[in-house]
Amino acid sequence: MITLQTADLVRILPEIVLSIFGILVMVLEPFVAAAQKKLLGWMALLGVLAAATATVRTSFEPGLAFGGTIAADEFSIYFIYLFLLTAGLVILGSIDYLERNHAQHGEFYALVLLGTVGMCFMAASTDLIMIFLGLEISSISTYILAGFRRADRLSNEAALKYFLLGSFATAFFLYGIAFVYGLTGTTNLLGLSARLMEPSQWTTFARVALVLMFVGLAFKLSTVPFQVWTPDVYQGAPAPVTAFLSVGPKAAAFAVLLRLFLGGFASAGTVSFWILWISAALTMCLGNLAALWQTNVKRLLAYSSIAHAGYILVGVAAGGSRGISAVLFYLVAYALMNVGAFIMVAHLSGTGERLVQIEDYTGLAFERPGVAACLAVFFLSLAGFPTTAGFLGKFYVFRAAIHSHLIGLTVLALLNSVVSVYYYLRIVVAMYMREGKTEAATVELPWPVRTALAVSVLGIFYLGLAPKLPLGLSTLAALPLPK
Amino acid sequence: MHFLNYIWLIPVLPVLGAAIQLLLGRRLSNKAVSAVSVGLPGLSFLWALGCFFQLLSLPAQANHTFTKVLYSWLPAGAFHLADGSLAHLNVYVGFQLDPLSSVMMLVVTGVGFLIHVYSIGYMGHEGGYYRFFGYLNLFMFSMLVLVLADNYLMMFVGWEGVGLSSYFLIGFYFHRKSASDAGKKAFVVNRIGDAAFLLGMMLMAVTFGTLDFLPITEAARGGRFAVGDGVITAICILLFIGAAGKSAQIPLYVWLPDAMEGPTPVSALIHAATMVTAGVYMVARSNALYVLAPTALALVGAIGAATAIWAASIGLVQNDIKRVLAYSTVSQLGYMFLACGVGAFGAGIFHLMTHAFFKALLFLGAGSVIHALSGEQDLRKMGALWRKIPTTAWTMLAATLAISGAPLLSGFFSKDEILWQAFASPYGNKLLWSVGVVTAGLTAFYMFRLFFLTFAGNSRVPHEVEQHIHESPSSMTVPLICLGLGAVGAGYVGWPKVLGGSNWFGRFLDPVFENPALRPALQHTWNLEFGLMLLSVGVALVGFFGAYRWYAKQPGIAERVAAAAGAGYTLLLNKYYIDELYDALFVNRAKDLGSALAAFDLGVVDGGVNGVGWSTRMSAELSRLWDTWVIDGLVNVLAFVVKVLSYPARVLQTGLLQSYAWFITLGVFIFMVYYLIYF
Repeated sequence: MITLQTADLVRILPEIVLSIFGILVMVLEPFVAAAQKKLLGWMALLGVLAAATATVRTSFEPGLAFGGTIAADEFSIYFIYLFLLTAGLVILGSIDYLERNHAQHGEFYALVLLGTVGMCFMAASTDLIMIFLGLEISSISTYILAGFRRADRLSNEAALKYFLLGSFATAFFLYGIAFVYGLTGTTNLLGLSARLMEPSQWTTFARVALVLMFVGLAFKLSTVPFQVWTPDVYQGAPAPVTAFLSVGPKAAAFAVLLRLFLGGFASAGTVSFWILWISAALTMCLGNLAALWQTNVKRLLAYSSIAHAGYILVGVAAGGSRGISAVLFYLVAYALMNVGAFIMVAHLSGTGERLVQIEDYTGLAFERPGVAACLAVFFLSLAGFPTTAGFLGKFYVFRAAIHSHLIGLTVLALLNSVVSVYYYLRIVVAMYMREGKTEAATVELPWPVRTALAVSVLGIFYLGLAPKLPLGLSTLAALPLPK
Repeated sequence: MHFLNYIWLIPVLPVLGAAIQLLLGRRLSNKAVSAVSVGLPGLSFLWALGCFFQLLSLPAQANHTFTKVLYSWLPAGAFHLADGSLAHLNVYVGFQLDPLSSVMMLVVTGVGFLIHVYSIGYMGHEGGYYRFFGYLNLFMFSMLVLVLADNYLMMFVGWEGVGLSSYFLIGFYFHRKSASDAGKKAFVVNRIGDAAFLLGMMLMAVTFGTLDFLPITEAARGGRFAVGDGVITAICILLFIGAAGKSAQIPLYVWLPDAMEGPTPVSALIHAATMVTAGVYMVARSNALYVLAPTALALVGAIGAATAIWAASIGLVQNDIKRVLAYSTVSQLGYMFLACGVGAFGAGIFHLMTHAFFKALLFLGAGSVIHALSGEQDLRKMGALWRKIPTTAWTMLAATLAISGAPLLSGFFSKDEILWQAFASPYGNKLLWSVGVVTAGLTAFYMFRLFFLTFAGNSRVPHEVEQHIHESPSSMTVPLICLGLGAVGAGYVGWPKVLGGSNWFGRFLDPVFENPALRPALQHTWNLEFGLMLLSVGVALVGFFGAYRWYAKQPGIAERVAAAAGAGYTLLLNKYYIDELYDALFVNRAKDLGSALAAFDLGVVDGGVNGVGWSTRMSAELSRLWDTWVIDGLVNVLAFVVKVLSYPARVLQTGLLQSYAWFITLGVFIFMVYYLIYF
């Protein structure tokens, strides 16, 4: 019998705080006048800050909670901060976006907070059932968010597709859990690794379980061939939601993947290695090749985020503490540049997201040098240009891969990053090398958006130029996972 | 003032200029833009001079090496090296000034500053004045980071930075489609090299446990690695692929001629004097590694020599003044790699330095000609400009003589040093040497062809343009004169022993390149070295006279030629016939193959000279065809393959939910089958 102790509650304090604020925002929504709905956004942001403070308290009391189903360790705390950063930036970037698109409703912020709760649980869980619950909490919130521009056909389509295919994929994950339980009699990751110690225990059914669970996660990671939904959903969802979608659930799925494949399933060895290798290779290649021909910036960024999942998978395949910390570092870099880029796209697109083609950015640098420079920083970082976070992220992942003797995969990744430069540069070219009057240049950027963008740009340079502290943290966060 | 302690100001000053221009430039007047963007690189040149003299006065036991570490960029992570020992990879933001980097620093800031001054006049009438200077400042920053870095990773930062700014500058006239295409081509070809560089760097990190220059050099010279070590060879070859991309060597040279779409000062600064030499600098910087990898050295030498003669032969027939110079640059870079490949790194850097002066001057002079002719770049529409733009003509003459290897000018000293080393070094051989000598002859020919077609003979300038011909403003001619002095005198620092000098430059660089394996195998016999020197001067003279006969003595000045000698008349006749052949070759190659053969017969009958000329032209034509059909063809095929490969991905994106679900199911099925059958 599990008895509830204070320590248990402290170890899920960030999730509790986020949930309270989420519910509060939802409950207060009817009582706030239409013109004052912005306040709910600020309240949600306050919730994020409160949760960040609460996480400090949690970090003083590390350990397992709720009968070993939740772990408050360096790994989960690292991810919780990553999710809070993402949520904070997205909220800052959404307040004025929703205002302009006449979609200022409190649910938006509540759903962002609750989705974040789900992700935090995914990263912190050490039990398959808890992981599944976290997955569902975050999924359902994001399904609704994807359709938040209710009047827009594409947005509705995105939500429905995401929902249907998402439940389809979740079914695979659940099926995999059932197999695992049937084989080992436990859903606890520690128990799992104790029962599946020998490679010889990887019988047919165990492999089936592994593949099924990988598929469930691969959907969230959007790795090939489970990426099909990504371009349509990223394009259709409101841009700030896409920012959230492209980072939050993906990072959470990576957290689970790391805990599962390098933790519970560590003994699977070559079985899990090749699944990662193949997925990484296919995902990088398809993401980059398909991105080459996109004319819609949101769709281009969707393919780019597929490609980035491929690079990160290279780090997972490399494994070891070096591979894990490289993945953790990469995820922060990825969060900053991707959220930054999508928020910028959200605001340049004007009312109703009309201006999302590359040619809509023509000559932007001449009218708005600061805005263009900012966007150029995001794209150059995504392309992996030195001095930016994106470069160091790639550098550490590739270095880890070389250490693990994944020479072929590294060469493929390098070639891919060569190809990727081409499409990132197309946008830079449009902004800097073509003249034209663009309507995007007239868009106002209110100060909350500017704050979010400034945080992203400064973060990108901070990680790129003085990564001492974040690197140390990512190395620390990799410690709890078995080597 | 202690200049060395604030060495970081040298790259930081230009980047301040770039930030000001790119963020506020639109609101500044042209005067303010010039003051900021030319003044800051000027300051950084002065600071570099201060650093240089303080470096010279450092105590000798320090080997004239100064390092300044600012802060730890990538902190230590302990890991096991390939050989099992434990290492901490720690990368600093640090600067290293030693003889090698100080030469590069002075060339970049000095020549760079002059070209900035020149640009005030040249770009004065162009739109986007502030953008141009912003990018140019950004380039200076990146290039200085590249040459002053104390480790490979920081060097790579500069390496990518110069690529980016060069890309912006090539595409500066973006309203021309060819310009933005050229920019893109340059960037993408360069990235192929960059990927190899990055891979080489990773391999270095796992092998040495550090990316800093000094410890790597120490480890390489420490005897831990045998000569011919496989890993070191792999590192060297990867680095060289990177260098070949940046420095336009076979097979990655194709971007450089197209890069001439950029404004002329950009061609002078980036695509002649500085950026394209970064590859040579990188190879020279890694000399300790290359000495351990004779295979890689042989590859560097062979590619260098092949590129030198290949590009020179193409340069013989180009009609665009900037394209001739572009191929000439590729060819001269080939010389520098040839020097590195025979282990004469010092000679390569010496040539890099002299080349920076005369090639920058040639480009700026060409810019001045183009400026005078209201934008005309075609050599066939020039001529007789000698008296109309005398300053440009005189300085161009100095540069042409220097590049052709005229005795006692800068190019003569550096080129002969390379040829002598190719002949005498243990890594050299007669083949490399003879390719170098033939190239010297070709160089003299195409450079004087350019010079005569531009400045001598009859004017072929259209009448309406002719009325506007004017000498350039002093902001353009003063840099020309300064560079002219350099083109004449820069070689004196390396006055060779064979002519009674002391080769101060060589001795200055010695601490960086010191290696017993590199001592010449042949004794420094005065007779032999002097004889080879005379031979190469002779070959250059042959090239000069060839150009003189064909391009200076034209039918237009027939009176003078006819008066001179009857034999001159015959020569004129032959010249006439060669021109016909030349036209025929270009106008309709296939159809006129027969008459080309006939012309070859005539040429042989008429004394061999014409025959040799024809075959060189023919081979030049062939290499041009190779460029058009094979290289460009390959690029197109590659683009096509990429398009085809991405086709299924795009077709699958039907937007239909059902097909997506099927796709996912198919994926699950494939993974399952794979795991159930193969494991």
